[in-house]
Amino acid sequence: MNANKNHWLDDPGNVNKIVYALYICCALLLLPDFLPYKEHLHLPFEFWWGFHGFYGLIGCVLLVLAAKGMRVVLKREEDYYDG
Amino acid sequence: MMDSLPPGAILLAGAVLLPLLRGRGQQVALVALPVLSFAHLWMLNPGTSLEINAFGCQLTLVHVDRLSFIWGIVFHIAAVVGALFALHVKDTLQHVSALLYVGSAIAAVFAGDLVTLFVYWELTAISSVFLIWASRNERAYRAGMRYLLVQVGSGVLLLSGIVLHYQATGSVDFRGPFFTSPDILSSFPFGEHALGPVLIFLAFGIKAAFPLLHNWLTDAYPEATPTGTVFLSAFTTKLAIYTLARSFPGVECLIWVGAVMTAFPIFFAVIENDLRRVLAYSLNNQLGFMVVGVGIGTALSLNGTVSHAFAHILYKSLLFMSMGAVLYRTGTVKGSELGGLYKSMPWTTGFCIIGAASISAFPLFSGFVTKSLIVTAVAEEHHIVVFLALLFASAGVFHHSGIKIPFFAFFAHDSGIRCKEAPWNMLLAMGITAALCILIGCFYAPLYDLLPFAKGADQTVVQLPMGSAAAPQTPYTGAHSPYTVDHVIPQFQLLMFSALAFTLLVRNGIYPPELASVNLDTDWAYRRAFPAAIARGRQTVGQLQQAGRLVFQALARQLLGAIRQLHGPTGALARTWSIEAMLTWSAVLLAAYLLLYYLS
Repeated sequence: MNANKNHWLDDPGNVNKIVYALYICCALLLLPDFLPYKEHLHLPFEFWWGFHGFYGLIGCVLLVLAAKGMRVVLKREEDYYDG
Repeated sequence: MMDSLPPGAILLAGAVLLPLLRGRGQQVALVALPVLSFAHLWMLNPGTSLEINAFGCQLTLVHVDRLSFIWGIVFHIAAVVGALFALHVKDTLQHVSALLYVGSAIAAVFAGDLVTLFVYWELTAISSVFLIWASRNERAYRAGMRYLLVQVGSGVLLLSGIVLHYQATGSVDFRGPFFTSPDILSSFPFGEHALGPVLIFLAFGIKAAFPLLHNWLTDAYPEATPTGTVFLSAFTTKLAIYTLARSFPGVECLIWVGAVMTAFPIFFAVIENDLRRVLAYSLNNQLGFMVVGVGIGTALSLNGTVSHAFAHILYKSLLFMSMGAVLYRTGTVKGSELGGLYKSMPWTTGFCIIGAASISAFPLFSGFVTKSLIVTAVAEEHHIVVFLALLFASAGVFHHSGIKIPFFAFFAHDSGIRCKEAPWNMLLAMGITAALCILIGCFYAPLYDLLPFAKGADQTVVQLPMGSAAAPQTPYTGAHSPYTVDHVIPQFQLLMFSALAFTLLVRNGIYPPELASVNLDTDWAYRRAFPAAIARGRQTVGQLQQAGRLVFQALARQLLGAIRQLHGPTGALARTWSIEAMLTWSAVLLAAYLLLYYLS
């Protein structure tokens, strides 16, 4: 691959296409939850509509916000231990 | 003949002879030795062999059963791909230490007694530190010393535990789940004769990077050489998981320890800038899943631990290989300095994405068919909090390992770095490992057939005999296949919505940027707090000493002054008395004496 030529991903429009594709995927993945396809699951909340999707979404947002908060306390200069 | 040679011995002997070879000969030997050792493993008979009697103890140097066998297989695969990946390295020290390390880890897996285990346990520690020191810089030297101290400390705990356990039971046998006798298990970690097992448990826990005992891993692994970290990531911690699975299955505290392990490191991974350190945190997180599996202690969960360790060794090696290749070509793996590398290293990018998909447990990749056994076992036992923790950790690992690693290294903003693609041997090693990750994900039956545990007649866990296919007796054929619609769709939902969270946070500028920095972790305690406390203590002692000296000097001065006043040239006691006065005082004293005499 020629590293200096323009690539498909260099165009922000194409990056947007990927993002829109992700939005559509997420929306489509919620559709099966209208059907009673869950048979082998063991815990009651696993049967809730969209549980896994929203748990992942909220979990990751909270993870990042908490990690950002941790950075305020824990971040040091790169040579902190070198002195 | 074959049975009288412990597995790993070929590698240990090869390591000693390797310095005699040069150039191409050394390269051939480096790959041929693990392949030969692998062939030797296939020829071993099941059961116990090579028993010796030393110091009144019955030592079993080789014990082959399904648990040790599957571990032996994956260790050998990791050894072969690791050797291939390191083929271009012209550093005999690294090759020798890698072979010693791999050989001792494999030999440890087949140890049938605790003393043999201890010997190889220490050998893995001592040999592996050279893979860190081989970076040959001050940081690596210091990190290696810290690593060695922790590893040897774990060995000392193990030895102490073995001695106490031997005193209590008269046995050093390590062939069965030896602490699972109901009386010890029910009261673990308390109860009679529990101190030995507790020390052994802690020794295993240090190497398995339990929470707060974990920092040697994230401290040292990223300081090793680009190829050394690939070896390190595969063996030490998985050896510890193996020993836990063999000796502490069903110990309930492991469920909670494991749950904390899955969640705790991912927060650090999100804000870490060194991408190999991010991988070290996610390694710790994946170990958590395995520890939970051991703690649950059912056939399904234990098989989940074994299979997940198998898959994990491969995808984690692959991820460390891809970052090793980046480090080798660009000289850095800092997220803040990388980006856009997919243009220069397209193959490495592709292999990294396969590793990322595997660790994230995408359907059709290895992590999915193995992790789901553990998660299902947790759900079956109705451990709701632990289940939610594992689900959160699954989303989190996709977030930081699945997306962050490839995104910041190969995509994100173009850093302008233009370099060559990784050398052919690195690409070949990554290609083989990536192929295995996909093969396991798509055709999981051969791996499941190798799994060691099954549900016994009385609902207890039994280990299947060697040679029999596990599948008919294990509970995940048919309806328990990981590829049911109600496993696949929820998993896709979890992962795609995690990706959605990442995308929304990055596009809205909320995602923490990669910054040239370090984050304090528990190593701060022994790298800063303890030395500072010791320095402060020394300062305080010095000040006290100084104060004491001043007080003593003042008192001494006063005393000398008083003596001088009494006995000095003009002192009362040094004055010359006249004979007249002396006689008078003598007479007075005699009179007083006589008076007292008569009175008494």
